[in-house]
Amino acid sequence: MIEVKNLTKKFGKQVVFKDVNFKIENGEFVSLVGRNGAGKTTLVKILMGLEKKTSGDVIIDHKQKIGYVPQFRNIDLDYPLNIEQFIRLNLKWTMSPKQRAEDTRVVNKILKETNLIDLKDRALGLASGGEKQKAYLAQALVNMPGVLILDESTASLDVDVKIQLMDLVQELNEKSKLTVIFITHDSELTKRYTKRALLFENKTVRPMSVDEISEDMFE
Amino acid sequence: MFGYEFMQEAFIASTFIAITAGIVGVFVVSRNMSFLSHTLSEIGFAGAAFGILVGISPLAGMIIFTLVSSIAVGSLSTESSRREASISAISSLFIGLGILFLSLSSESSSYATNILFGSIVGISAKEVHQLLILALFVIVIFIICYKPLAFDSFDHIGARASGLNTRLLSVIFLITLALSVSIGAQIVGSLLVFVLLTLPGATARYLVHSVPKLLMVSVGLSLAGVWLGLYLAFVTNWPVTFFISAFEVIAYFLGLSYKNWKLSH
Ligand SMILES: Nc1ncnc2c1ncn2[C@@H]1O[C@H](COP(=O)(O)OP(=O)(O)OP(=O)(O)O)[C@@H](O)[C@H]1O
Ligand SMILES: [Mg+2]
Repeated sequence: MIEVKNLTKKFGKQVVFKDVNFKIENGEFVSLVGRNGAGKTTLVKILMGLEKKTSGDVIIDHKQKIGYVPQFRNIDLDYPLNIEQFIRLNLKWTMSPKQRAEDTRVVNKILKETNLIDLKDRALGLASGGEKQKAYLAQALVNMPGVLILDESTASLDVDVKIQLMDLVQELNEKSKLTVIFITHDSELTKRYTKRALLFENKTVRPMSVDEISEDMFE
Repeated sequence: MFGYEFMQEAFIASTFIAITAGIVGVFVVSRNMSFLSHTLSEIGFAGAAFGILVGISPLAGMIIFTLVSSIAVGSLSTESSRREASISAISSLFIGLGILFLSLSSESSSYATNILFGSIVGISAKEVHQLLILALFVIVIFIICYKPLAFDSFDHIGARASGLNTRLLSVIFLITLALSVSIGAQIVGSLLVFVLLTLPGATARYLVHSVPKLLMVSVGLSLAGVWLGLYLAFVTNWPVTFFISAFEVIAYFLGLSYKNWKLSH
């Protein structure tokens, strides 16, 4: 469970949000929606400890591991690692042959789940946008997180690929009780995949059912 | 050629320096720091000249200057483009300083040539030991930090997202870079040390696609260049630096052609 109480964040004098309160239960699939600059990325960074809060409390039980797929990545055409090696960056160093075998098993399982198994030797720099997003997702999963945060992972993908990626995330959510926090500007995906949304509005956050969502909340 | 004791020592020191440069080079290239390593070698030149002027060893002067400036760079703004502009401004100042220090010191100009162009065959047993210790120190740091450093160097954003202390890693890396520049300059000279620190790592990227393989190929190319250079220099009496840079440049362009050939097939 993730619980946020009276959370406030300021950058200097600029208030990003104040008095934010919400709970996310284990195994939930929620979306974070709101206009550009409303503070969605900032909030998840605070959850992960990558950004300091100004005041308030963040409670994450059992110190669950969080897998984060960031909004921006700088992988250019010349990027040298192949997809499997890119995913493996997130593994811990080990000398134990048993742990190594286990790592390889996990990597292969995730490569299969993300449909990347046939592409594992392809240079990541040469992969398509959708393949890259899947590789970013796979890298975050390799560490076996209890919570997965997707920051605009479907932006810039065409519809088929979006659905494919989201179906996969949904499956992980249902099968392995993975908590998913999905940041998006896509109201259709929000309605199709999540039951609940946290709307960033008027410098605070309002939990709502996805039925209440309308297009104008995004732009 | 191993009949001469000074050749044996030069050979052992060069071997360890080459291994260090090969390892560091993979990270220099993936962290987009080729430019910085070039600048550090110019700053190292000023440091060596300063060492001569104040009567400490050129190596010590070089290490002091490169360490201080690489840490200063690390604490500058992290935005790379702005960093490059300020770095190149600073580096011109240091070349000027190096020339000033040399002209103020009473040493002969052969010292300057040694700093600029390298002089592994002429160094003493004591200096060889110092180089060895420094090279081993750098290698040990890399073994300890290998995993997080690889993550940060090949996917900085992902490494941050996974919670690694990327700032600390950056400082550690800059320290090893400063040391590598200083010891590498002892064989190839400060003018061309960035050849050894960037080309093998850059060539490897054209050939293989995993971090361990990149390291192996880079170290292999670096060793091959240094060994071949020492041998040919011994036989022909031409400068080691010439052979090393020629070898690494040829390997680089062969690697590039291989990659282009593979892309078109
Ligand atoms: N490190 C920072 N320093 C200063 N201001 C920042 C910083 N990071 C974000 N901000 C500001 O905080 C506000 C919220 O930014 P954030 O990136 O969280 O928005 P977002 O909801 O994720 O937007 P988008 O939908 O465009 O991704 C913006 O006004 C942004 O300019
Ligand atoms: Mg954002």
